[in-house]
Amino acid sequence: MSQIVQFFFSGLTLGSIYAVVALGFNLIYSTTGILNFAQGEFLMLGGMTAVTLARFTPIPVAVVGAVVIVTLCGGVLEILFFRRLRRPTVLQMIIITIGLSIVIREVALHVWDEKVRSLSYFTGNECSSVRVLGAGISPQVFWVLGTVALVVLLLHLFLHRSLVGRAMRACASNPEAAMLAGINTGRMRTLAFMLSAGIGALGGCVISPITMTQYDSGAGLAIKGFAAAMLGGLGRPMPGVLGGLLVGLAEAFSVYFGMPAAYKDATAFGILVAVLFVRPQGLFSSGELQAGAQER
Amino acid sequence: MKTLAKCALVLGLAAAMVSCRKKTSEVTGPPVGQPGKPIVIGALFAVTGPASFLGAPEKKTAEMIVDQINAAGGVNGRLIQLIVKDTGGSPEKCISFTRQLIDENKVCAIIGPSTSGETMGIKNICETAKVPLVSCAAAEVIVNPVAKYVFKTPQKDSQAATWIFRTMKTMGIKKIGIVSGNTGFGKAGKNQLEKLAPEMGIEVLASEVYDKRATDLTDVLAKLKAKNVQAVVNWSIVPAQSIVAKNMKQIGLNVPLFQSHGFGNIKYVEQAGEAAEGTLFPGGRLLVVGSLPNGHPQKAVLEAYKTEYEDRYHEAVSTFGGHAYDAINIVVNAIRKAGSDDRDKIRDAIENTKGFVGTGGVFNFSPEDHNGLTLDAFEMLTVKNGKFELYRP
Repeated sequence: MSQIVQFFFSGLTLGSIYAVVALGFNLIYSTTGILNFAQGEFLMLGGMTAVTLARFTPIPVAVVGAVVIVTLCGGVLEILFFRRLRRPTVLQMIIITIGLSIVIREVALHVWDEKVRSLSYFTGNECSSVRVLGAGISPQVFWVLGTVALVVLLLHLFLHRSLVGRAMRACASNPEAAMLAGINTGRMRTLAFMLSAGIGALGGCVISPITMTQYDSGAGLAIKGFAAAMLGGLGRPMPGVLGGLLVGLAEAFSVYFGMPAAYKDATAFGILVAVLFVRPQGLFSSGELQAGAQER
Repeated sequence: MKTLAKCALVLGLAAAMVSCRKKTSEVTGPPVGQPGKPIVIGALFAVTGPASFLGAPEKKTAEMIVDQINAAGGVNGRLIQLIVKDTGGSPEKCISFTRQLIDENKVCAIIGPSTSGETMGIKNICETAKVPLVSCAAAEVIVNPVAKYVFKTPQKDSQAATWIFRTMKTMGIKKIGIVSGNTGFGKAGKNQLEKLAPEMGIEVLASEVYDKRATDLTDVLAKLKAKNVQAVVNWSIVPAQSIVAKNMKQIGLNVPLFQSHGFGNIKYVEQAGEAAEGTLFPGGRLLVVGSLPNGHPQKAVLEAYKTEYEDRYHEAVSTFGGHAYDAINIVVNAIRKAGSDDRDKIRDAIENTKGFVGTGGVFNFSPEDHNGLTLDAFEMLTVKNGKFELYRP
């Protein structure tokens, strides 16, 4: 029993990390149709910036500082590389994000170096452990889960209750109609980039004590986050989170059932491929949004 | 169907993104074409990527030594030019850099690569091209079976495993679990451990392999915990070494943790923090030079290297930088003895090296032994108050 709980939490830890990435993916995808492959780099930047700031300030200040800086970075990147494109196709923009991810990685290698760093644990230290039904869990896992839950909740409120959030969703469902209704779609896109950069940075900070941060740790995260987002249905933030948790749990339990841990990734991608064949719109998607995205 | 095609495309792009990394090459020493043609030595180090804890100090060390030798007038009246290629820890890249070093740069010898997987990838290339290779990677398979042109400086993994099992016996440990990374080093170490365990009277209850980029290992360790192991042996070079230590404490697996000689960089200890306390691993004496008795044959060499490195780079020395120190010095001594930069003469001189005092131990090469170190090159080390110390049971 305690072993199953242990595996469950292991999966939840991995899953919530993927969920954070998926959240950023979906946010940008739903407002712009772009798959932002630099999303993992936002997490890396967040983590690295926070580690640097933490040398001078207490951790909470460092985390807030990192989120602010990376949010601004997200906005600047959008304005520099996407705002001025003339009639860009989605594919062009996706390729730009891939280029960006490589550039950001190289810049990070030169700003920092090749070394692995990490923020110190928010509560307790490396050895601290909370007992749940006989399983031991690092308090940091609860920080990650709590942060993801909070971000999901706030994002939901923002997208459904606030005027700006509704405007963003309008861009998602029909950009032309949104433009006719007087919504500045360009500005919405900048906002989407800033929001997902900020969320990514926050995620990068809370997972840093667990996963450690290195200049190239973003790429792997982006791929898993993408799998999670696909699983939940692209463009839908909340199902994307569920998708992330599912991928994480599937990975952990594949080890429980005797898969070699080195092939954990295969589990995640096996599920992804299966979903693409059986339900290309995602597990939890009704299909409407996908249709909207297709028209672009 | 359209969505499917799109997704497939995106997946492909994503894969391209991961594999797309940079290519670097740095040259230390005089530019080619100056009077008195320089002696060109190639170096392959994983300066970036998952094995950067190895490659970065190795590159720094090799450059430092070459600068020192050139400042002192070079070898045989000629300066040395060192061409360092950053492999990023990837065997594929390592192979193409090797070809480039041999065919384009016409190097007389190669030092590195940093990892065992990379070394095994180029062992045959160097053998066929008849270029002496002095590897900085640890797996025994590099020099067993012996290849005429391939040497290595780190202690063998079989020796490390023997030390670990010996220590376990004194502690009364009989049932263990093994976790290892899916790198060349991890695989080779896993094989050695599993082969030697029965001979040493130790039972391996579980042996799990994890991805070299793994960020959380609680699942693998939970499996070991369920089997009630008396100790865990982790065999990898990647930062997962720190994660293992942390995750063990977090899930309450409170048994001794043994690591391979790949743990010899204090940065792993820093990353694991308090969780690294008490970790046991076999290591060279470089890490504990302060506690060596005066008059120990290695003490002077180790102290000099440690001081020079730490003064120049303002970071702590690691075992890995030491492997590069040994490799470059062995090659340069061989060139000096051979009196030329002819590849075959250098090879013969390396094989005849006797009594070279390096950071890894005292090297005595022979046609049968291309590592040149014995079991006593190791000491059992432990972590105490965030520092490496000699383990005294």
